[in-house]
Amino acid sequence: MTSLSAKDKEVVKAFWAKISSKATDIGADALGRMLVVYPQTKTYFAHWKDLSPGSAPVKKHGQTVMGGVAEAVGKIDNLTAGLLNLSELHAFTLRVDPANFKILSHNILVVLAIMFPNDFTPEVHVAMDKFLAALALALAEKYR
Amino acid sequence: MVTWTDFERATIQDIFSKIDYDIVGPGALSRCLIVYPWTQRYFGSFGNLYNAAAIASNPKVAAHGKVVLGGLEKALKNMDDIKQAYADLSVLHSETLQVDPDNFKLLADCLTIVVASQLGKDFTPEVHAAFAKFLAVVVAALRKQYH
Repeated sequence: MTSLSAKDKEVVKAFWAKISSKATDIGADALGRMLVVYPQTKTYFAHWKDLSPGSAPVKKHGQTVMGGVAEAVGKIDNLTAGLLNLSELHAFTLRVDPANFKILSHNILVVLAIMFPNDFTPEVHVAMDKFLAALALALAEKYR
Repeated sequence: MVTWTDFERATIQDIFSKIDYDIVGPGALSRCLIVYPWTQRYFGSFGNLYNAAAIASNPKVAAHGKVVLGGLEKALKNMDDIKQAYADLSVLHSETLQVDPDNFKLLADCLTIVVASQLGKDFTPEVHAAFAKFLAVVVAALRKQYH
C-alpha cells in the first residue's frame, strides 16, 4: 500500500509518546482480545497453559509484541531494514501467516480506542493504521 | 443458519441499548471516509470531503451515518434470519449503489472501534467477540445478493 508521509510519522511518534507508558497493558489486552475474538489465532499458542485474557503468558507475550512496536516506532524511517531480524524470526522460526498481522493490528487499534478515546481521533487512527500496516509489511519481508 | 448463544443475544441487545446512535453512526462513517479515503468514491454528492475536519463536520455524512445505523437495527430485530431481512438491502448495494463488498468490512471495523471507545472497559473481549460475530453475519448477508 502507501508509504508513511512525514505527517504520518509525526502523528505516530507524538501519539506513541503519550501511550508508551501503557504499552504492556495495551499489548496484553490486544493479544488476549485477539485470542477470544479470532479463535483461529490460538493455533499459534497451543504450547501455553493459559490463553485467557489477563493470564501470565498473555501478559508476558503482549509485552514482547509491544516491545517490537516500540522498536518499529524508533525505526520508522526505514522499517524494512530496521525490522530485518524480526522478519527472519517470523518467517523462518515462527512462521505466522501474515494475514494474522492485520488481525492483531485491528485489535491493537480497538484497545487504543478503549484506553485513549479522546486522543484516538480519526487522524491518529489513520496514521496508526498505516503504521501498523507498514510494520506488518516489513515483518513479512523475509517470507519468500 | 446462524445460531446465537443466550450471551450473544443479550450482549448485542445490550450494546445497542447503551450506544448513542447520534455519535456512533456518524462517527463510524466519517472515520471510514477518513481512514480509508477510497471509500469516498461512493459519496460524490456529499460535498466537502477534502480533509478529516470537513468530513467530521459534514452534515450529509452525519445524516447518512444515522441511516446506516438504522440499517443495523433491522439486523438487531431479525437476528434469527438476517440473511432474509437484508435481501433487499443486498440487492440495493449490489445493483443500485454498486458498492464493492470489501468495503463492508472496512465500515464494520470502524464501527467496532467507535463502539469500543463509547463502551470503554465494558467492551470486554467477550462482548467484542459477540459484536464481531454480529457484524460478520450482517456483512455476509449484505454480500449475499452480489452476483
